[in-house]
Amino acid sequence: MDPRKLRLGFLFAAGAIVLALLLPSGPRSPSLLPSPAIWQTTACAGLLFLCAAWMANARATAFGLAGITLAGGATLAMLRDPAIAGSAGTGFWMIVIAMCLAAALCVVNLAAMRPLRTDRQNILNILVPLLFGAVVFYLWEVGVRGFGVPPVLLPSPSAAAAKFASSLPTLCTDFVQTFVRGVLIGYAIGCGAGLLVAILAHRYAFLGRGLLPLGNFFSALPLVGIAPIMVMWFGFDWPSKAAVVALVTFFPMLVNALAGLSASGHIERDLMRSYAANHSQSLSKLYLPAAMPFIFNALKINATLALIGAIVAEFFGTPTQGIGFRISTEAGRMAIDMVWAEIALAALAGMGFYGLVALAERATTFWHPSYRT
Amino acid sequence: MRHPWVERYAPLATTVLVLIAIWYIAAIAMNLSLVRDAFEREETAYTLTDLISGTLSAERPLLPAPHQVAAAVYDSVFGYPPFAPRSLVYHSLVTLTATLLGFVLGALLGIVLALMIVHSRVLERSLMPWIICSQMVPILALAPIFIVVLGALGLHGLLPKSIISAYLCFFPIAIGMVKGFTSPEPQQIELMRTWSATSRQMLWKLRWPSAVPYLFASLKVAITISLIGAIVAELPTGAEAGIGARLLAGSYYGQTIQIWAALVASAVLASGLIGIVGLVERGVARRMGAH
Repeated sequence: MDPRKLRLGFLFAAGAIVLALLLPSGPRSPSLLPSPAIWQTTACAGLLFLCAAWMANARATAFGLAGITLAGGATLAMLRDPAIAGSAGTGFWMIVIAMCLAAALCVVNLAAMRPLRTDRQNILNILVPLLFGAVVFYLWEVGVRGFGVPPVLLPSPSAAAAKFASSLPTLCTDFVQTFVRGVLIGYAIGCGAGLLVAILAHRYAFLGRGLLPLGNFFSALPLVGIAPIMVMWFGFDWPSKAAVVALVTFFPMLVNALAGLSASGHIERDLMRSYAANHSQSLSKLYLPAAMPFIFNALKINATLALIGAIVAEFFGTPTQGIGFRISTEAGRMAIDMVWAEIALAALAGMGFYGLVALAERATTFWHPSYRT
Repeated sequence: MRHPWVERYAPLATTVLVLIAIWYIAAIAMNLSLVRDAFEREETAYTLTDLISGTLSAERPLLPAPHQVAAAVYDSVFGYPPFAPRSLVYHSLVTLTATLLGFVLGALLGIVLALMIVHSRVLERSLMPWIICSQMVPILALAPIFIVVLGALGLHGLLPKSIISAYLCFFPIAIGMVKGFTSPEPQQIELMRTWSATSRQMLWKLRWPSAVPYLFASLKVAITISLIGAIVAELPTGAEAGIGARLLAGSYYGQTIQIWAALVASAVLASGLIGIVGLVERGVARRMGAH
């Protein structure tokens, strides 16, 4: 980044901190001065921003990051004061603005860095989005508490996290009910059946030509709508959820696996024929390995579809546990922090599931061009 | 030599016929005990034919037979004036408007995000991982909250549903368009550079045209996702109208035939919407000089 722009940006940040020390930070506190710990921290952050402005090179990022941490900590500490929370003044927002400005500069600076060593590059690839996400969460927290948004509308992330920590047993039963029973079993059945049918359809071309258009058609349908019927057939407990998940995951797997099974080239097929390989041999040695990238593509698509299917199926009736059940009942009771805790649980489960599938993909299809660097 | 039509449609027709046959057999098997119980409760004598005809015309079957579903669809489409609350056309239109609004919003958001990501390395590295993460959150779980929050802000009806649709369907478009905008080969980009093209000219004369196939591929995915979003968004609202509301009401009152009719309506909507996108794609391709 242009060092002049960088210097200007950090100077603005330092200027905002100076303004913050002078302007009132709340309706009853004229300035920051009464609480020494906070104004000292804030002033330190300002000094760090000044240092960063003075350097205005790649090293400025480190000073900027230190300043951001201090300023962020100071604002969060100020929000403990009931006089500031909910009716924060200009001084408070000045610190927040300075922090965001410095954070944006740091993100830009970090993203522009091109270290030669790959491990540093990898660290940077994680650090940049993490910093971005941290700033977003910080703004959410400060915005909700600083403006005093009623918790019924939008709880602060810290409130949701506290609720998450305090209701771990409930979350645990919900997780087992929805994820371990509904999603995993249905996912295994749906993906397994899809793969089996794809292998059959690949073996018998007539079946394949009949199934492919149907599979394309069905995978474009809003299949989650089948949920009420499944609840009627299999009862309120997890089998109905697993059935919905199995149905939702079946068609993407069928279509992708069929495409993958016919992905091997003519030369390889001719080679197998010249070895006099029978169908099961060429299936296990050629067709299935060649189909692996496609199968994993379907597994990844299905990982998110499965969770959505299970949660939606729970809207139609459950025993008194499960993520979808808890979300709809707690939303009805206006306990929004619990809803957000459940969403965080679902997000963690979804990301973990997706991550596991992606790891398995890396381990099995390491030969694929997209992983060779 | 067989006729090419036979070659092309015989497997499909056979599969569909087999599926319908399986459906009838399953309907008979699943409704059998229901009908037999009814006969025994009334203590009337019954034959096998009575049983089978009973399973295929039950009032609230576990699995309605295809002709019952077809009759229900026909009845609820043509049996009522199109804006009567019992007409399937009315409910489909309600869902369709939410779907289309959400689709337009999501497509715009996706394209704008893709443009930002393509033009800024910072955004590519900081935003892209979060866009991918946002899809691993089961977003439909957010639907009830959106409804509650937007309801508290005074927004009811169409907009909350469309926002959920948009949130769901922006992702394939953003990903597809990033791929599309970066699809021109380095040679082409260098050629543009030798003509000292500005980045705006590069966008309009090179990146957009080469992104069009990607755009339509992702639009087709997005429009079905948008429909799913609209249907699911109608569930927690307890909405009075829409395909999702029909599904919910059907499941509350055990009206299986109504549920199946709503499912058929959603299938018709989905394939119709994809068909329209496909038509537009073909038209655009012809305008751009495809054969």
